[in-house]
Amino acid sequence: MGKTIVEKILSRASGRDVNADDIVVAEVDAAMAHDGTAPLAIEAFREMGGKKVWDPNRIILVIDHIAPSASEGTSSLHVMMREFSREQGIKLYDVGSGICHQLMLEGSHVRPGAVVVGADSHTCTYGAVGAFSTGIGSTEMAAVFISGRLWFRVPRTLKFYIEGRLPDFVTPKDIILYILGKVGADGANYRAIEFGGPVVEQMGVSGRMTLCNMVVEMGAKAGIVEPDEKTSAYFREDFGVEVGAMRSDDDAAYEDVLKFDVSGLEPQIACPSSVDNVKPISEVEGVEVDQIFLGSCTNGRLEDLRQAAEILRGAEVKDGVRVLIVPASRRVYLQALKEGLIEVFLRAGCTVCNPGCGPCPGGHMGVLAPGEVCLSTSNRNFVGRMGSTKAKIYLASPLTAAASAITGRITDPRDFG
Amino acid sequence: MIRVSGRAWKYGDDVSTDLIMPGKYKFKTIDPSELAKHAMEGIDPEFSKKVREGDIVVAGWNFGCGSSREQAPLALKHAGVGAIIAKSFARIFFRNSINVGLPIVESQNVFDETDEGDILEVDLDEGLVRNLSKNKSFAVKPLPGFLLRILQDGGLVEHFKKRGKFEWG
Ligand code: SF4
Repeated sequence: MGKTIVEKILSRASGRDVNADDIVVAEVDAAMAHDGTAPLAIEAFREMGGKKVWDPNRIILVIDHIAPSASEGTSSLHVMMREFSREQGIKLYDVGSGICHQLMLEGSHVRPGAVVVGADSHTCTYGAVGAFSTGIGSTEMAAVFISGRLWFRVPRTLKFYIEGRLPDFVTPKDIILYILGKVGADGANYRAIEFGGPVVEQMGVSGRMTLCNMVVEMGAKAGIVEPDEKTSAYFREDFGVEVGAMRSDDDAAYEDVLKFDVSGLEPQIACPSSVDNVKPISEVEGVEVDQIFLGSCTNGRLEDLRQAAEILRGAEVKDGVRVLIVPASRRVYLQALKEGLIEVFLRAGCTVCNPGCGPCPGGHMGVLAPGEVCLSTSNRNFVGRMGSTKAKIYLASPLTAAASAITGRITDPRDFG
Repeated sequence: MIRVSGRAWKYGDDVSTDLIMPGKYKFKTIDPSELAKHAMEGIDPEFSKKVREGDIVVAGWNFGCGSSREQAPLALKHAGVGAIIAKSFARIFFRNSINVGLPIVESQNVFDETDEGDILEVDLDEGLVRNLSKNKSFAVKPLPGFLLRILQDGGLVEHFKKRGKFEWG
């Protein structure tokens, strides 16, 4: 029996031949924690008697969730991270650098075939370049800080084969929302999801990141795309690094293969208040919104900002609607600036905030009041996610967000085509 | 040995970490007693006042879905929750609960046959849940041995302090 790419990676990292359902102890290639999770990890590290981390060059700390700090309590936690990074010689991305997941790739901390853990559920994002990456908790992160190793149950793999011709104005975000609606919020619990098929083969790394980012919304442990020529080009152009391709065996034991045809797919919307409550936009159009958030580790990249700017160029944001645009990283911000996108947003009446998580985790910046409605390009619309438990959150693509900014209502971007 | 008993608090499916521990608190402090005051706030604002030492949360599918925040099981534990029984858990929540020393049990039957307020007893070593109010008992799926030992030691920090290594090597 052949192996899936995830089984191959975990075999390599654990030094033995493993299959789905085995429990393995794997060497970790990189570990990340941010201001929501690092403080607890640092405390657990100290309580365990930790003095020196296993390898400072493989640990990355990021201040992105509440950045800049909005309270004294948060500021103290940030100080704790800065002190730890200095003491241990660990790389820290401070306020304004960007979102942890974006920085893990931009900062060249992830390679195809690597095992990466992050104290954040969306660590699954790096499967976009063929890494096995998954979210863990803070105390486990402390264990990784100490030993550089961690246990995993080797996940069974579901293959999602995406075929058809993706219509104009329909994006990777719409694809993953559509899939989520079909599979459900725990439909891939504990599984790895391997994305493939012609639509994924044609997709760039940014779109693949959007797909892999949201697999945790189906309960999955990891999302992954076989690294191919697109992946190699990404590493060559961005970092001058040559990486090889890697594939699942033809006779790999997938638990299931699901096919999704995206021909004729409409833009999709996840409605309040679960990520799998997904509807085609024609059923949701017209809902009035108070705030629009364009950003997050799902959709705050250059490609996303470019798309939104296409629609917002020369247009005006509807009176009474707040449009918050948060580039995923400083590098994205700078490039957007160079291309004139930031000016397009400002002229349209949007507010452009510093790189980071922005309103997504609900701790600062754009916190929703009771009764308010937000359209967001992020990945979660749970009750209370972005502020009041009485606020409502809809999830959509950057194109839909931009079109809706102009009308103040959930609007089909194809109307602006 | 892990045996807890207390009253059952029942919740439905897909209880997210945003409900168990809203983000606005987790970014401000890591003090467990402070976090405990807000446990379950998004779904049951009075929870931390009502819950008594040893009480048991009984929930549906996908308990603890959403973020990786360990503050969620930590807050429940410090609010007094003795164990969580759910039809299924989100995977990071599952790992986090064990690591903070909060016993968890996966069972569909217990959920179906428990009413809020029933007195339950969880015995992880035996792999048994008893509903004392209804005089029923349920065999439950045992945890892999090394996870049980982490729980028995009181969580991952205590485990490491006691043994000087991680059980998984
Ligand atoms: S942008 Fe949102 S989902 Fe992504 S890491 Fe930040 S808080 Fe988490």
